[in-house]
Amino acid sequence: MDQHRRKFILQWADNAMILGQRLSEWCGHGPVLEQDIALTNIALDLIGEARYLYQLLAKEEGGLVTEDDYPFLRKEQAFYNLLLVEQPNEDWAFTIVRQCIFDHFHFHFLMEMKNSADPALAAIAEKTLKEARYHLKYSSEWLIRLGDGTDESHKKMQHALHNMVKFVGEAYEPVEADVAMWQAGIGPDLTKLKDKAISDLKQVVAQSTLDWPNQQFGRTGGKNGSHSEHLGYILATMQYMQRSYPGVEW
Amino acid sequence: MTQVSSLEEKFLQVIDAEDKIEPKDWMPEEYRKTLIRQISQHAHSEIVGMLPEGNWITRAPSLKRKLALLAKVQDEAGHGLYLYSACETLGIDRETLLEQLHTGKAKYSSIFNYPTLTWADMGAIGWLVDGAAIMNQVPLCRCSYGPYARAMVRVCKEESFHQRQGYEIMTVLAKGSAEQKAMAQDALNRWWWPSLMMFGPNDSDSTHSEMSIRWKIKRFSNDELRQRFVDMTIPQADLLGLTVPDPMLKYNEAKKGYDFGPIDWDEFWNVVKGNGPCNEERLNARVKAHENGSWVREAAAAYAQKQAQIHNISKTA
Repeated sequence: MDQHRRKFILQWADNAMILGQRLSEWCGHGPVLEQDIALTNIALDLIGEARYLYQLLAKEEGGLVTEDDYPFLRKEQAFYNLLLVEQPNEDWAFTIVRQCIFDHFHFHFLMEMKNSADPALAAIAEKTLKEARYHLKYSSEWLIRLGDGTDESHKKMQHALHNMVKFVGEAYEPVEADVAMWQAGIGPDLTKLKDKAISDLKQVVAQSTLDWPNQQFGRTGGKNGSHSEHLGYILATMQYMQRSYPGVEW
Repeated sequence: MTQVSSLEEKFLQVIDAEDKIEPKDWMPEEYRKTLIRQISQHAHSEIVGMLPEGNWITRAPSLKRKLALLAKVQDEAGHGLYLYSACETLGIDRETLLEQLHTGKAKYSSIFNYPTLTWADMGAIGWLVDGAAIMNQVPLCRCSYGPYARAMVRVCKEESFHQRQGYEIMTVLAKGSAEQKAMAQDALNRWWWPSLMMFGPNDSDSTHSEMSIRWKIKRFSNDELRQRFVDMTIPQADLLGLTVPDPMLKYNEAKKGYDFGPIDWDEFWNVVKGNGPCNEERLNARVKAHENGSWVREAAAAYAQKQAQIHNISKTA
C-alpha cells in the first residue's frame, strides 16, 4: 500500500482513537449524569470512527493484521495523532476546550474528506460526519456556556484556553503524507481548511466572552510520531491486556 | 368511614385490579416512602455500579470489547437517569437524592463494593450481577407504581443484553488459554457469593417484604428469586466448564432445583455497613465527581438564566 496513504489514514484514525480513549476516562465521573452520558457518546463515536479506519487498513494489508493490532500493538512513535488529543483531561474546562479545538478541525476535515477521490475514505467520512457535526455543536455550546457562565467558570475556561492554544495549529501544518494526499486528490488542502476552521473557532471563542490568547509558538510533532510525555502512559494503560497476554482472543 | 380509609380502600382496589398507581393518585405515605427508598436505592446502584466496570474501560483488550463496555456503562448512567426521574414523580428532587447517597443515608447495592481485579470480572459481572439484577427486576415491570414499572421495562431489555454480553466474555475466556480459563474461574469464585447476596436477607430476616408484596411493589420473596437465579445459573456454569465455589451445591430431584450452601451473612452485613473492600473508594469517587462538577452545574444554570433574561428583554422590547 502507498505509505503516504497508510500514514494519512493512521493520522486520522489515531486522532479519533486517542481522543476517544481520553474521553472514556470520564465515564462515571462526569459533572452531571446527562453530560457523563453525552461525553461517553462522543467517545463511542470517535472510537467507532477509528475502528472503521483500522478495519480498512487491516483489510488492505492483506489480512496479516487485525483492527486491534493498530491501537494495541504499535509503539508510541508509530502513532501519528495530534499532540492536542493526547493532552490530559485535567478538568471539565480543559476537556471542553480540547474538544472544541479538535471538533473544529475534525468537522471541516470530514467535510472535505467526503468528497475525496478515495471512495473508501469518502464513505467513512460521510458516515461519521453527522456525528462530528453534533460534537462540534456540543463542544461549542459548552464553550460558550462556561465562558459566559459565572466568574469562576470564565476563569477556568480562560486558563484552559491559554494552555491549549499552542496545540491548535498542528492539525493544519501539512506533513509529507498530507501533501502527497492533497496532490492525489485524496486529502484536503490544509491551508484552506485552516482558514475556515480557525475563523469559526475564533467566533465561538468570541461569543463565549473569552479572549483568544496571543500565542505565537505552536507545538507540533505528533503527526510524525514525536509526542508529548502523555502518550506513553495512555498506551501503557490501553495496551496493557494485549501486551500482558500476547496472541490470544478476547 | 373516614376519608383516609376510603382513599386507602380505593388505592387497594387499584392494586388488586392490577392497575397502576400514577404520580397524582392518592397513596399511603408508607407506600410513597417505600418506593422512594427502593427506586432511589436502585438509581444509586446504577450510578455507583458504573465505577467497578468503568475501571476497565481504558484497559479493555480489544476495540470491540472497549466499545461494548463503554456502551454498557453508559446504559447504566441512562438507567440511573430514568430511575431518578421515576423517583422525582414521588415528590423528591435529584439533588436531595444525591445528597442522601453522598452522606451515606441512602444505600446502593453492596455488590459494587467489591473490586474488579481482572478483565474476567467484566464477564462475571455481566453474567452474574446483571443476571441477578434481571431476576430481581423483571417482576418490577409489573410493579404497581406506573412510572417505576415503565422505567423497568426499558431497563430490563438493556440488562438482558448486558447479561448475554457478559456470558459471551466468559465463553471466550473459558475456551481460551489456560491463563484465560483460570482468570474466568477466579472471577466466578469471587463474584458467586456476593451475587447470591444481591437478593437480600433470607425471607425470615427480611424487614420490608410483607407490605411490599401486599402493595405489589414486590412479587416474589428474596429466597424465591435467589433459588431461581441458582437454578438458572448452574447449567450456564456447567456449559462454560467452570465450577461454582460451593461444595454443598447439589441437585435436588424432589424440588427440581439446586440445594446450596449457607450464605455468609456476616460478610453481607459487614459490607452493607461500610466495611467492604471498596465502600470508601466508591462513595469518594461519586462525591468527588459531584464536587468537581459543581462549578460546571452552577455556570450552566447562570448561563441559562442570562439567556432567559435576554429572551425576556427582547420579548418585551
